[in-house]
Amino acid sequence: MYKDMVGKRSEKVLNTIERGAVKKFAHAIGDEHPIYLDPEYAKTSRYGRNIAPVTFARTLDFGKIEELKLPKQGLIHGEQSFHYERPLFVGEDVYCYTEVKDYYEKTGKSGTMGFLVTENIGEDLEGNIIFKSRSVIIITEAVRKEMSQ
Amino acid sequence: MSSLKNLQVGESLSSVQLPPVSRMDLIKYSGASGDFNPIHTIDEAAKKAGLPGIIAHGMWTMGNLAKLFTGYHEEGFIQDYAVRFTGMVFLDDVITLKAELSERTDDVLIFQVAAENQDGKAVVKGTVNFKLV
Repeated sequence: MYKDMVGKRSEKVLNTIERGAVKKFAHAIGDEHPIYLDPEYAKTSRYGRNIAPVTFARTLDFGKIEELKLPKQGLIHGEQSFHYERPLFVGEDVYCYTEVKDYYEKTGKSGTMGFLVTENIGEDLEGNIIFKSRSVIIITEAVRKEMSQ
Repeated sequence: MSSLKNLQVGESLSSVQLPPVSRMDLIKYSGASGDFNPIHTIDEAAKKAGLPGIIAHGMWTMGNLAKLFTGYHEEGFIQDYAVRFTGMVFLDDVITLKAELSERTDDVLIFQVAAENQDGKAVVKGTVNFKLV
């Protein structure tokens, strides 16, 4: 039911990797390492500045695909991946957008389930890709029925 | 902290056991991530969704699991991190984070990673490719 969404993408959104947001995130996952939090520590590190935790990229604003209508409830996060060319730096500006990569269905014991694959992309200001992140969202039979009503 | 460069295939990083999952953990993660889906924080919403109780965000567990690698930032970075969410995490579950080196090339270390609950069941399972620089 989302097959015609494949290839649709959002407009690019300018994000800044905010120090406060990184700090809150590092606390929330219990990863309070000075490489994320302490500017003085970061000066002596390989990068010379603080970096963001690898899964922090998921919290950025990737814009909206207007035509993509998803149910508010009942979605299951099935898989998630990140690919980085380099770490994300605290304080840098990143252009972010999202694209629908695939949609397929599988029929099993609990009915037909839909699998929606989206990719979130972050680029530097010159258009070089910093990271790509993929999500597989599972739409169960029950949710599909509710939507078609 | 020992160096990753000397780690042999089949060896593991020190595993980490998290304190029992609390509602406050998930409230904090909701705020920090912007994912306010109420099945992670509000009992009634979880029950209405057919769950026995609130469940942790998959991304909370995935985020925690990556911290096994944070201390090695001078040796490289996580180039690829891919997981499947293979089980739900409930309140008071005790999660253990694990990473075992399964393969290595000149500049990439491939780890099998998992977050397991108190029954030894993997709730998050996947791979980390750590790029040496």
